[in-house]
Amino acid sequence: MAMQNRPLSPHLQVYRPQITSVLSILHRITGVWLAVGSLLLVYWIIAAAVGPEPFATAQSLIGSFVGRLLLFGWTFALFFHLANGIRHLFWDMGRGFELKTVSVTGWTVVLAALLLTLIAWALGYWQLELL
Amino acid sequence: MARANTDLRSELGRVRGLGSAKEGVQHWWHQRLTAVALVPLLIWLVAGLVAHAGIDRAGAVAWLGSPVTFGLMLLVLGVGFWHALLGLQVVVEDYVHHEAVKLTSLIVLRFLCIALALAAAIALFDIAFGG
Repeated sequence: MAMQNRPLSPHLQVYRPQITSVLSILHRITGVWLAVGSLLLVYWIIAAAVGPEPFATAQSLIGSFVGRLLLFGWTFALFFHLANGIRHLFWDMGRGFELKTVSVTGWTVVLAALLLTLIAWALGYWQLELL
Repeated sequence: MARANTDLRSELGRVRGLGSAKEGVQHWWHQRLTAVALVPLLIWLVAGLVAHAGIDRAGAVAWLGSPVTFGLMLLVLGVGFWHALLGLQVVVEDYVHHEAVKLTSLIVLRFLCIALALAAAIALFDIAFGG
């Protein structure tokens, strides 16, 4: 077949992970994960509307160890998707396609997401202290 | 070579509607439009949630029911679920290849996003204007 000598698309099993490909799939994963997280926000708002008891239940669920763990994951997912989304918007304007730039902005996104997550949680715990 | 025109329709009538509907970029554009709107909205959301970490129901109702929070939260929900739907739609279209499953998933996702946004909006209206 004439098709056989044509270049193949990368096979994920043998293709070395790179900052570009890893962040690309991470953008999707965090996007889907955030969509799941929207359920928690909706639940929290509805619990506040329904009454003190459902709201107290929601707060204790969120405040539990598993709740905090999930919330931490959602915080990172949100900041990552937000920062990488801004990176995507610059690509949409035709900027930042050079290999070096792509790598630098990629690592910047990872660092920014980690830093913002930690800042948000530090402020959150500081807020809890004030209560 | 001209075909014998036995068709009762005119040449123009035959080609009409076969070209671009000029809506090819609508999905892409809406995804970007909602993305840009979500940048400030999500920063506000995280800041607001952090500032109200561990709050009791009375505090939550006071916060969610205030005009600014009420308006911005409605925007977060509307724009957020719109953006989520557009993103999830692409994920389904990329990975689900069984036509019936794909179509069903797309319909369910659309209904789910609208239902969730509406449910949270009703709760917000109840908090802001209910007894």
